[in-house]
Amino acid sequence: MEDLTLKLKEQIIEALNLEDMEVDEIETDEPLFGEGLGLDSIDALELIVLLEKNYGIKIENPKDGQKIFYSIKTMAEYITEHKS
Amino acid sequence: MVYINGTASLSPQNSLDYNKFLEGIIEYEKDFLQSIKPNYKEYMKPIAARRMSKTVKNGIICSQKALQEAKVDIPDAIIVGTGLGIVSDTEKFLENMLNNDEKFLTPTAFIQSTHNTVAAQIALKLKCHNYNFTYVNRGFSFESAVIDAIMHINEGKRNILIGGTDEMSEHYFHIIRKNGRWKKTKVKNTELLNYTTNGAICGEGVNFFIISSEKNENTYSEIKAINTFYKPENSEEINIKLKSFLNNADTKINDIDLVITGHTGDAVGDKIYYNFLQENFRNKPASYYKHLTGEYQTANSFALWLGANILKTQIIPDFIRLNGNPISKIKNILIYNHYFDINHSFILLSQA
Amino acid sequence: MIYITGIGAISAIGNNVSENLHSLKNKITGIGKIKYLETNYKDEIPVGEVKMSDNELITALSLNKERAFTRTALFGIKAAKEAVDNAGITDINKYKTGIISATTVSGMGSSEKYYQKFLHTDFANDFIKTHEAADHTEKIADSLGIKEFMTTISTACSSSANAMMLGARLINNGILDRVIVGGADALSKFTLNGFNSLMILDREPCKPFDQDRKGLNLGEGAAYLVLESEKVVKERSKKPLAILSGYANANDAYHQTATSPEGYGPFLAMSNALKNAQLNADKIDYINVHGTGTENNDLSEGKALKKIFKNKVPKFSSTKAYTGHTLAVAGSLEAVYSVLSIQNNIIFPNLRFKNSVDDLNLIPETELIENINIEHILSNSFGFGGNGTSLVISKIR
Repeated sequence: MEDLTLKLKEQIIEALNLEDMEVDEIETDEPLFGEGLGLDSIDALELIVLLEKNYGIKIENPKDGQKIFYSIKTMAEYITEHKS
Repeated sequence: MVYINGTASLSPQNSLDYNKFLEGIIEYEKDFLQSIKPNYKEYMKPIAARRMSKTVKNGIICSQKALQEAKVDIPDAIIVGTGLGIVSDTEKFLENMLNNDEKFLTPTAFIQSTHNTVAAQIALKLKCHNYNFTYVNRGFSFESAVIDAIMHINEGKRNILIGGTDEMSEHYFHIIRKNGRWKKTKVKNTELLNYTTNGAICGEGVNFFIISSEKNENTYSEIKAINTFYKPENSEEINIKLKSFLNNADTKINDIDLVITGHTGDAVGDKIYYNFLQENFRNKPASYYKHLTGEYQTANSFALWLGANILKTQIIPDFIRLNGNPISKIKNILIYNHYFDINHSFILLSQA
Repeated sequence: MIYITGIGAISAIGNNVSENLHSLKNKITGIGKIKYLETNYKDEIPVGEVKMSDNELITALSLNKERAFTRTALFGIKAAKEAVDNAGITDINKYKTGIISATTVSGMGSSEKYYQKFLHTDFANDFIKTHEAADHTEKIADSLGIKEFMTTISTACSSSANAMMLGARLINNGILDRVIVGGADALSKFTLNGFNSLMILDREPCKPFDQDRKGLNLGEGAAYLVLESEKVVKERSKKPLAILSGYANANDAYHQTATSPEGYGPFLAMSNALKNAQLNADKIDYINVHGTGTENNDLSEGKALKKIFKNKVPKFSSTKAYTGHTLAVAGSLEAVYSVLSIQNNIIFPNLRFKNSVDDLNLIPETELIENINIEHILSNSFGFGGNGTSLVISKIR
């Protein structure tokens, strides 16, 4: 699980072009959207593709992303649960 | 009356600061000239800039600087001209799409690739709900923005933010070079006018202005008139256009103290400028500038920046002089530009 | 006063204005399976394609096959010529005449076919020159013989509404006497994949303003209008069709792609257009809404409508259920439809609507309304980058 959270942070930094950010600047429990890291709906679409491309998980309805992408922790849990 | 009350320029030269610009020309020997990269962190947070390509960031920086200089918080309109739009993001999305067979595509590059991104991002940053426009007509893109701004002033608006932005990418440069538009070899910019070959020097840049209805202590110059014309048949038609342009602006050939032309080092295109000067302004001082910036669709916005600064400082750097004709006081400047003989334009600037 | 004296259009529901009118009146949609666009999504994503191939267009327009015409330029030439003919113009340069065209992708449909060959091989052809947005405007100008003034606008989905507004201002400022305004956009793989990556494309024909709307369908085409000054109209004996009586451009300044939840930008565009037309809201007889069918647009636009019109929202419908969202063309195409509404005393239905959106309770017209006197129409176009423009088109009294 820890490996996965670290990997996710790296992948997010790369996918969202968060230049100059280090993995330890993203808290595992902190909200990714809104007041947390400050991501928005376009980033959510980027994360949907990230899941599909790297973990083979397809999210059909962008609305489902709200829960899944709440934090790195919720993302990791979702991936562990749904990885084929 | 229409005034320029703020300016900002990012180019392959030190133009963000005019004093530094006057210190000298930066020499290049390259396929195409690229804008000097500012320290983006000084201007915006990395998280805010995460989706922005170079042009968008440069547009935001220049708009901010021009607004500050003119002491304007929220402009009455934001108008941007760009011939090519956001090339880097367009290519990114296109290449991802073609290389991945339409799979795994994310929206960021697509969203950013839309031509109106610069104007939209400025509005978003300023929370400015006013008129917002983007012109994309090759060598008329920036000129259309100027015409629009003048109309706004005539309609009673006070401060208009306008800009010309274009970027060049390796890939697009390569493709267009096949077309014979650019020089086939690397170009030494300081020797631009010594080339006798066809093809222009290629470049890029971002130049922003505040166009205002009232003069203030920071005013650079007045914009007296602008005119665009499309594909003239010959030099005679250009001369006729010039006469009616000056006539409408109530100005005589003799009133013009300096002509700024758009020489690009292209034998075919430059012949038009040489003829124009020879036939209309034989003993007048003339300046050129595309050895500083390269040619691009909105390069004329750099000419406007240059003309405005010359009128304000009364200094013409040696490295832009086209001839040795003596210069006294500079009151009126005519800018003549054409983009590959398709889009021609005149701008008349006067001391404010 | 800015007069509309000619109209021309090509879209998924017809290759000219009268075909468009016929489809609108008879509830014939243009949304369907992809035929011409080369994409892996052929069987999956429905679109509103123009029902003519590039070659058929070239033949119909008697153009030189050797020259490089993008699909966007072909649509543009076809619709602009129709508008000029409709206005009865024979000597275009008799008055100071300009062309303002709008596009989002312009030549991308051709560029994406050749891009890799251009980049990685020695291959070259004239489609290198057609990538830039101005290409289609130049092709139209050259075919109509316009030299006085030209520009191209790209403000996403509000582009051609802005072309109309600019045209009117150029006449009002005395710069031009007459101007051909509109837009052209051909479908491209680039656009289709772009909107698909935003997950806002309906896999079925779209349902604007319906509670169960699932997104938009992309469309393509071109539409142009001839705008003339009072002076020109007086001198020419041709009776004008309608008046462009108001316009306003405002920015939502909320988000790059999404409209603010309360629709502040749309509210500003609509209310300022009414002010510009010097009309009270209750004078509007019909609204051709932007109504793309996305969850976000319809809700925000609906909220803005209610803010302006309170509980008396006029009759409204989205014609995008017929044509798909034609992007840069939407504004001028829907302006052409507005002129048709005024001329024929009809209101076009909003296809496929079943249930109103929960928060809105707004019900568009779902059947053709005939014999209705329409004095003033409000037409909306909102898009990416917060760009939004509303137009008021009025009957000549």
